[in-house]
Amino acid sequence: MRRRILPGFGLSLGYALAYLGLIVLLPLAALAWKASGIGLHGLIHLLSSPRTFAALKLSFVGATFAAVVNAVVGLLVAWVLVRYRFPGRRFLDALVDLPFALPTAVAGIALTALYAPNGWLGQWLVPHGIQIAYAPPGVILAMVFVGFPFVVRTLQPVLESLDRDVEEAAESLGASHLQTFFRVILPMLFPTLLTGFALALARAVGEYGSVIFIAGNIPMRSEIAPLLIVEKLEEFNYAGAAALGMVMLIASFVLLIVISLLQRWSRRWAEQTR
Amino acid sequence: MKKFGTTLALLATLTITSLHAKDATLLNVSYDPTRELYRDINAAFATQWKAQHGDNVTIQMSHGGSSKQARSVVEGLPADIVTLALAYDIDAISDRGLLAKDWQKRLPDNSSPYTSTIVFLVRKGNPKGIKDWADLIKPGVQVITPNPKTSGGARWNFLAAWGYALKQPGGNEAKAKAYVQALYQHVPVLDTGARGSTNTFAQRGVGDVLVAWESEALLAQQEMGKGTFDIVVPSISILAEPPVAVVDSNVDKHGTRAVAEAYVKFLYSSEGQTIEAKSFYRPRLPAVSAQFAAQFPKVNTFTIDDEFGGWRQAQTKFFADGAIFDQIGPGH
Repeated sequence: MRRRILPGFGLSLGYALAYLGLIVLLPLAALAWKASGIGLHGLIHLLSSPRTFAALKLSFVGATFAAVVNAVVGLLVAWVLVRYRFPGRRFLDALVDLPFALPTAVAGIALTALYAPNGWLGQWLVPHGIQIAYAPPGVILAMVFVGFPFVVRTLQPVLESLDRDVEEAAESLGASHLQTFFRVILPMLFPTLLTGFALALARAVGEYGSVIFIAGNIPMRSEIAPLLIVEKLEEFNYAGAAALGMVMLIASFVLLIVISLLQRWSRRWAEQTR
Repeated sequence: MKKFGTTLALLATLTITSLHAKDATLLNVSYDPTRELYRDINAAFATQWKAQHGDNVTIQMSHGGSSKQARSVVEGLPADIVTLALAYDIDAISDRGLLAKDWQKRLPDNSSPYTSTIVFLVRKGNPKGIKDWADLIKPGVQVITPNPKTSGGARWNFLAAWGYALKQPGGNEAKAKAYVQALYQHVPVLDTGARGSTNTFAQRGVGDVLVAWESEALLAQQEMGKGTFDIVVPSISILAEPPVAVVDSNVDKHGTRAVAEAYVKFLYSSEGQTIEAKSFYRPRLPAVSAQFAAQFPKVNTFTIDDEFGGWRQAQTKFFADGAIFDQIGPGH
């Protein structure tokens, strides 16, 4: 038998599995069990409602949009924080984690206060027809806020370990800055960028606390799927709420699988281009 | 977090009861905007109980959305007393066998020691000239009211609007439905709770009218200064009756029935009624009403029982999945 580096493999594996089961699988099983009470007919009724569809669409499309914004801006911020030395860098670095630490409701209230028609920014934007609070852009803004740290924090260690020689080699072989970025650096970062993207996306899909304050919550327009779940609970409709939760869970799961496939493919691609 | 709080409350209860056998702890599970009210009620009741029996009583509070609170009690939050926004939520608790089916007949006045009504809060000087329900659906008027699906308070708002339309000359169900449909098209923000709506209107400056409980409107006026908002009383409104009840199976388990019953009776006493009136709820006792007559103008009201046959029927007809509120909204 091969000797393992860590002693007590059986014990630690057993512990890890039991822990995962208790913390993740058991609640999920309870959710599935509650959801099964809705029946096939109820599920079809739930899913065929245009309002359910609109809410799911806002949650998923909004979260994807927010994750794309976070991926682009997060890459930029991570790059600046890793590659440049400037006064206040450590402070800026600490600020990145703030969305993790802030209770989401506080974030929602702060954003609403800024972008409401009488807010600091809202009073300039709303007269020009740019409505952010109480409209779908507000939903995306809140999602961007809560998902922001994921991309920066996943990229930072990879950027730090990135070999500068490769860039220098590319430049000495006559590659332009753009070519160096898109053909050399980005392929190496892409798998990690996707991880950050997936985390930001998953976080935004389920976000409730900050979004409800800024959304306006008008059915078919600015109502997110988690709010629809809360509404079902308020009707004492546990099965409906759990079923909608399961639908969101399955959709998120499929999305995450697609992202991880994309990641594998991009990793291979990165190795080939090397 | 809530569960953690519950556990803490439970631990505290256990410790306190084991230390002083005669001293009691009550848990009053209430809805959101009653924080100020019950803080004062609890202090006054504890003083009275101590004077009469020589025992200390500690009353712990839990606040939240009314139906959410009801769900917590159903799921095991050990409430001795529930004081919620509408009878349907206590019905839901009694459906699970935690208190007697006829709970609402056990105390006077439908078990609602204090009442309120639905009024309009408008900006200073009433620039849009809002006088009655009909003015809310005029072009260019924005109305703020919470989502009746998630807020018990908002269900009273909805029913007040419905009742108004029904009682107009030539009014019928179809016209009432058309009116509330038009009304909700004037709502730019549907907050999940009544306090949220008050904040959207008062702090964020959104909307021309806030449809609110009179108690919330008076509180907002007091908090923001009299000069900021005017209260408009419509021609007719609903009598909002937030009920209270002792949770039978929990008080029997805790051995707190006597003190819990004394607590809810205290809400009907002249001292309790005065505190309620000071917290902007309309008292039931004529003597206390007379004392606060300036604060509560006369309003024509109808009750949920007379107009809608009680909360169970209203809930099924208007707020259940696929019922009238869903039908008037977009996308159903």
